[in-house]
Amino acid sequence: MRFHFKTTYDDDIRLFIDGWKLFLYGALLVLMLALPWMIDSFYLGEANNVLIWAVCGLGLMLLTGQTGQASLGHSAFMALGCYSCVLMMQAGVPFIIALPVAGVITGCIGALIAIPALKLHGVYLAIATLALAILADDIIVLLEPWTGGVSGIVPPDIVIFGYVVNRWGNPTEWYYMTLVVTLVVTLLYRNLLRAPLGRSFAAVRDSEISAQAMGVDVARTKTIAFGLSCAITGLGGALMGLFAGAFNNETFNFLLSIQLLMMIVVGGLGFIHGAFLGAIVIAFLPQLLSIVSDMMGSGVAIPGLESAVFGVILIVFILFEPMGLYGRWLKFRVFLELFPFARKDMFKRQKSYLKTERLR
Amino acid sequence: MEVLQLLISGLANGCVYGLVALGFVLIYKATEAVNFSQGDFMMLGAFVTLGFVNPEYMGLPFWVALPLVFLVMGLFGYLLDLIVLRAVFGQSQVAVIILTIAIGFVIRFSVGLIWGHEPQSLHSPLALGDVRLGSLVLGLADVAVIITTFVMTVLLWQFFQRTKIGLAMQAASQNQMAAYYMGIPVKRVQGMVWALGGIVAAVAGILYASKGSMDPTAGFIGIKAFAAAVIGGFGSLPGALAGGLIVGIIEPFAARYLPPGYSQIAPYALLIAVLLFRPHGLFAQVRTKKV
Repeated sequence: MRFHFKTTYDDDIRLFIDGWKLFLYGALLVLMLALPWMIDSFYLGEANNVLIWAVCGLGLMLLTGQTGQASLGHSAFMALGCYSCVLMMQAGVPFIIALPVAGVITGCIGALIAIPALKLHGVYLAIATLALAILADDIIVLLEPWTGGVSGIVPPDIVIFGYVVNRWGNPTEWYYMTLVVTLVVTLLYRNLLRAPLGRSFAAVRDSEISAQAMGVDVARTKTIAFGLSCAITGLGGALMGLFAGAFNNETFNFLLSIQLLMMIVVGGLGFIHGAFLGAIVIAFLPQLLSIVSDMMGSGVAIPGLESAVFGVILIVFILFEPMGLYGRWLKFRVFLELFPFARKDMFKRQKSYLKTERLR
Repeated sequence: MEVLQLLISGLANGCVYGLVALGFVLIYKATEAVNFSQGDFMMLGAFVTLGFVNPEYMGLPFWVALPLVFLVMGLFGYLLDLIVLRAVFGQSQVAVIILTIAIGFVIRFSVGLIWGHEPQSLHSPLALGDVRLGSLVLGLADVAVIITTFVMTVLLWQFFQRTKIGLAMQAASQNQMAAYYMGIPVKRVQGMVWALGGIVAAVAGILYASKGSMDPTAGFIGIKAFAAAVIGGFGSLPGALAGGLIVGIIEPFAARYLPPGYSQIAPYALLIAVLLFRPHGLFAQVRTKKV
């Protein structure tokens, strides 16, 4: 057990709480950089997939985990990010400019949508965003001249400073590109949480009324949270579409956003680590299931098995481990650090009662 | 004449949406939670009936199977609440939303595993026969749907307004702790309303299956029922029916008069418009607290 004696405010908001943490994350970064030499190109593709899901998950996490607003419509913003990035690439904008600009466009449109959506709370927001995700599917079909409609788009090759990055030709370069985007997004996210804005996100999540009393502009905070969340998810969506190699309206189905929400809950709502752990689960579950069904001897795929298994995992987590995989790790770590003094009810949830939303 | 025929078919569809929406509102009114798997409940109810009635399964007479179906679905709802949902008692609505979405996935998968993924039709006495009104021809199923829906809405509405247990349900949702102080067994009341939600879903499922064939993805009409419930204002039973009718009637007219591609977005566009201008639905129940 290490004790952190904080003497200044800066001590409290340091990026790495001590040298050991810095070493651990440094080691993780070295491991990620060395990954292409350690595993073959198939698993490198899977690792790439994990990172892309994690970027999308971080986007939704900012909104749901930090600001406390549930959105079932983030697939719409993934689609927006993807289509705007690829359309710019087709128009000749270099990829290195198109990707961030796609993020900015998605973020601005997200913030615009947030202004009316802010009047909604809880269930209403979830349903409005769900409707948005369903509408996005149809709108992509209606905008066929630009989006290619049902037949979809095959994005052009990514060219970074004259160097072509192709998923099949040079997977290592693709992986590094995703890693850089993930790193930038994660650092941005981590720094945001240390800044006043991130603090006000948490205040809004924990209690809107107390946040208001402390002088947090709730409407402005929520709008910024929605915009930033959409921007990050847009980046993730762009990477996902480019990685898939071809996409149409079905790629960004509303089920994708439900999957995204489930992913961050399984990983651990409100933790950066949670987005990554959830992404690992969601990326490797299909592989695991196919290995299991191969061992069972049945060659036929059972439709809906994947989402059902994911649903069961989610139910089990909400019932037994509401803090997700990362919460389980936290508890385990506390158990080790305090051994043998850890008690079972140290993480017990406070008993709470609901009141109606219809009177406020 | 064409307009009238469109109106009737929209009305019948709208009643099914209204019945599913009724299930949402019922559970919302009593537990302040939203059951995102209500559409899948409906689909499950239809398949349970199918399993009892169809000759290739058990082949029971329809009217004998009916009480059994209600029993099974009521028990299903009650046990679901007892085993799964009670664990998030008092937690925020978002937890229940995510939980019920996951339950919906599991129900869809299990039904597909038991009854298969091919569309099947229910051997229902309502599926056959027409009713003739002058030159109008109505399916018996459509008439049954419309009548049942209106009767159910009135019954449930009165149940919430008049009976002691209905009032207890409303109290339990408005303030759980205060309801406890008043001697209401909040958790048991919630279990009862989930059972009731299961039964309403079974009614909707049977009527929906009488109108056409069923397959495990039929639960997705739950999304349109959401639109219906929100348009009507969550928390109002007549509102849910009105919302269902609006969505149901808009659909055939949009399909007839709008260019293809625009018609299926009509209900959702209406939903977003309603949320923009009346954030709590047409029959809003939200009031500002008086201090």
